[in-house]
Amino acid sequence: MAYVIQGDKHDWEVVIGLEVHAQVISNSKLFSGAATEFGNDPNSQVSFVDAGFPGMLPVINAVCVEQAVRTGLGLKAKINLTSVFARKNYFYADLPQGYQISQYELPIVGEGEVILDMPDGSTRTIGIERLHLEQDAGKSMHDQHPSRSYIDLNRSGVALMEIVSKPDMRSPEEAGAYVTKLRSILRYLGTCDGNMQEGSMRCDANVSVRPVGSTELRTRCEIKNVNSIRFLQQAIEYEARRHIDVYEDGGTISQETRLFDSAKGETRSMRSKEQAHDYRYFPDPDLLPLQLDPGMIEGIRATLPELPDEKKARFVRDYGLSPYDAGVLVAEKAPADFYETVAKGRDAKLAANWVMGDFFAALNRTGKTIENPPVTADNLGGLIDLIADNTISGRIAKEVFELMVETGKAPAIIVEEKGLRQVTDTGAIDAAIAAVLAANPDKVAEYRSGKDKLFGFFVGQVMKATQGKANPAMVNDILKTKLAE
Amino acid sequence: MSLDKNTVRNIAHLARIEVPDDELEHLACELSKIIDFVEQLSEVNTDGVPPMTSVADLSLPQREDAVKDGGYQDKVLANAPEADEGFFLVPKVVE
Amino acid sequence: MSKLTNLTIAQARDGLAKGDFSATELAQAHLGAIDKARGLNAYITETPELALAQAAASDKRRQAGNVGALEGIPLAIKDLFCTEGVRTTAASHILDGFTPPYESTVTANLKRAGAVFLGKANLDEFAMGSSNETSYYGGVENPWKRKGSDAKLVPGGSSGGSAAAVAARLALGATGTDTGGSIRQPAAFCGIVGIKPTYGRCSRWGIVAFASSLDQAGPMTRTVRDSAIMLGAMCGHDPKDSTSAPMPVPDFEKALTGDIRGLKVGIPREYRPEGLSPEIAKLWDQGIDWLKAAGATPVDISLPHTKYALATYYIVAPAEASSNLARYDGVRFGLRVPGKTLDEQYAKTRGEGFGKEVRRRILIGTYVLSAGYYDAYYAKAQKLRTLIARDFAEAFKAVDVILTPTAPSAAFAAGEKTDDPIAMYLNDVFTVPTSLAGLPGISVPAGLNAEGLPLGLQLIGRPFDEETVLKVAEVMEQAAGFTALPAGVEG
Ligand SMILES: [Mg+2]
Ligand SMILES: [Zn+2]
Repeated sequence: MAYVIQGDKHDWEVVIGLEVHAQVISNSKLFSGAATEFGNDPNSQVSFVDAGFPGMLPVINAVCVEQAVRTGLGLKAKINLTSVFARKNYFYADLPQGYQISQYELPIVGEGEVILDMPDGSTRTIGIERLHLEQDAGKSMHDQHPSRSYIDLNRSGVALMEIVSKPDMRSPEEAGAYVTKLRSILRYLGTCDGNMQEGSMRCDANVSVRPVGSTELRTRCEIKNVNSIRFLQQAIEYEARRHIDVYEDGGTISQETRLFDSAKGETRSMRSKEQAHDYRYFPDPDLLPLQLDPGMIEGIRATLPELPDEKKARFVRDYGLSPYDAGVLVAEKAPADFYETVAKGRDAKLAANWVMGDFFAALNRTGKTIENPPVTADNLGGLIDLIADNTISGRIAKEVFELMVETGKAPAIIVEEKGLRQVTDTGAIDAAIAAVLAANPDKVAEYRSGKDKLFGFFVGQVMKATQGKANPAMVNDILKTKLAE
Repeated sequence: MSLDKNTVRNIAHLARIEVPDDELEHLACELSKIIDFVEQLSEVNTDGVPPMTSVADLSLPQREDAVKDGGYQDKVLANAPEADEGFFLVPKVVE
Repeated sequence: MSKLTNLTIAQARDGLAKGDFSATELAQAHLGAIDKARGLNAYITETPELALAQAAASDKRRQAGNVGALEGIPLAIKDLFCTEGVRTTAASHILDGFTPPYESTVTANLKRAGAVFLGKANLDEFAMGSSNETSYYGGVENPWKRKGSDAKLVPGGSSGGSAAAVAARLALGATGTDTGGSIRQPAAFCGIVGIKPTYGRCSRWGIVAFASSLDQAGPMTRTVRDSAIMLGAMCGHDPKDSTSAPMPVPDFEKALTGDIRGLKVGIPREYRPEGLSPEIAKLWDQGIDWLKAAGATPVDISLPHTKYALATYYIVAPAEASSNLARYDGVRFGLRVPGKTLDEQYAKTRGEGFGKEVRRRILIGTYVLSAGYYDAYYAKAQKLRTLIARDFAEAFKAVDVILTPTAPSAAFAAGEKTDDPIAMYLNDVFTVPTSLAGLPGISVPAGLNAEGLPLGLQLIGRPFDEETVLKVAEVMEQAAGFTALPAGVEG
């Protein structure tokens, strides 16, 4: 279902490319031995290299290189055996060296792809242009003092992966799905924690619009540092609409960097960044070209975990789930594992309904986490077993589940304590039925004279008489025979 | 002259070096002389010649991922012209 | 016994070993000499207390029986090496008040070898210059004088303070750095020996960077043997420098066998441009004869891209410098000239903090890297650099070492070339190609010109073959028998 924006003159589509900066999970920085931890005293995790002191030199962190390769493999991308680090030169208070060590002409990872799972169960493939390694900058705080900005270099030199997509997205929804999926892949790979609040995953959006049907690429604007998926989507909607209004008023869009103001829900031009940049990229003479050994790459490939797409395919294939359900379950590794424990040797569809239904609901309600869930996977499995062997009915099971959430007890114990075991002994059911028929001679007569709609009434009465514990199937059979007499 | 006043003004801004307007003319001449001198390289045919990446024909050495540096805020700030509460201070930057 | 300040490092080593004198006496003798010769302005920062403390510690170590390769040897340290707790200026206003909290790898190696540091030697600002006249702390005077003239001459540059200090007997040796000739040209101007080792031999960690792909540290001494001893102590693989070569350090002194029979010595015809001073040409021929007499064979070779080396250098070096010097911004160390905005503060700090020549090179470097010019200048220069390196590689298939003049002239008068950058740059015409190719090069004092000023000859070797370079250099040194002394230095 294509996303089309109505204009006064014609219909428009939006063209979106995303640049995601993902902080690499490593103990120390990309080019120095200082720690990467988040939120310590200012400038306490800074080496003289990170602070750009005279004569200091960068030495690259092997794990950061591996993480970039692992991510590249996870994105089904081409790994470049030779890549080059270049200096991006510009002056800023939190850029101590006066340049950022990044990769320009030869990035460590080339073209790859990310497959989006859309709510309607369909998928969209978004191209990855490149992934390169680069240094993070420090932090400037502008609100500490009337006339001063405060500079903390703790983040200066932390390894980032800049992951650049092709301009393949056509709606805010797809952009959101892309970031969600990319985040999921990075977390499966263990190369980035994906924490957007703490800024370990940051997103810039390149947005342009064009009349539906045209294939041109019009001038784009880059919206910087949108720190949540919701804001990303708002920013894209706003920016697309802004372009359309400008075009339809006969105006032109100038390429610029814009900032999303989440309070106002609008984007505005970044004055400071407006003046044309000239970064004067050139290969960093302090570093040699990075050569990767194919053996090392294969070694990493061999240790790749099962990624969301493969897991999803397996869930559809082996558990007979719908693509959408499978997609929901594999979005994060923990719930996927939880589901597999529940589904093991049981009715997989029933298990999926319970996990995605009552269990996820309980998770939200109780605010608990999958790591320490309101109901363990084994107990939920046990509950499903009780349904399967007719110990309880599905309706009673819902009751039992709530009690499991409250008490944390195993389902069998709750069923015993509360005497919720389903009545399957014919004698008891015969008695209950006899009582109901005796109590309603007129209705029995009506039924026998052909008003068989009344059958449901008799079932209801019997179930009521047995507090719902009677086995519904048996009640049906016996009632039929009794009423037929 | 290969560099005019404006070009010099622009590169001076890129390099964040203040150049008084009355020096621009003279500086443009000086720099032009040097640029004219290096221009001679254009006469050499370098088709198919790879640019030198490094005279040291080694590949990039990598270090282990261990925290072995930092943790000396005092030393990092010791030479700072202006610092407060563990931060470096600069004139307020407006975004 | 001759004055302690006139000893070579090798002689001082033996004298200390025999107990003829102590490291403390040796240091005191030099501190006294520095006191008398302050007019040369060879040192930016003198560290007498530190020197005496290090000397005393050295004497203790010797008593305890642990003796390093440079145990008790007093040295001058070019003020481009960061020295922990000792002000480091790079001869620039912009580093005002900067005291490094760390020690450069090379000076740390020298300390480990037992050396005593007399102080920080003067240099051209950020090592950008060939006459030491760009120093914020004033020029250095060459101890040598023209016959019958009192005109102040430059010591060459950028390691001018180091060269003057060693020549004037204000240190037994000094560290220098060489980016396009900054060790070899001042060594030639001051009548001493200076070697720029292969790129990657000495760690660049803790040396204020000028042009990262060219910078190399090296020793400046009065004899080839002293350079061999000192180089061995300075160099070695350093994991903190990604461009440092993981190579074992040979015993360079052992290489000085005096036997060069059968060696092939390349004589590059491109180093004989018309207009080459006849004295220089004559000295060069003299050098060829010396080596022939010692059993080596001169071989006529061609290094066809030589004439483009200087232009290549004056693109590559400023480009790297423009980026390397971006960190001097008045935020974390050194000079800050306040401004209303951050950008204004940057521009004022860097406008006032950098001298004329440094500003000039930063602007050139910024220009050649800027949008639209990168390919025409920087990329082009790096291709030329490949061709220049290939010239040498080709030549070294046929020869073991190459002999050239070190500089196109002897020391010139202060102020003579300051207002013509190109004329100044031409000083490095013979040393720059070696730097661009990363090869080892040594300058050896070979004679005096008509005015009584020293002239040097340069020997260039294969990558990491400093041993051959030093061996041939020592043979030439013996043949030249260079014994002349600068003004005011008695033997
Ligand atoms: Mg980017
Ligand atoms: Zn980036």
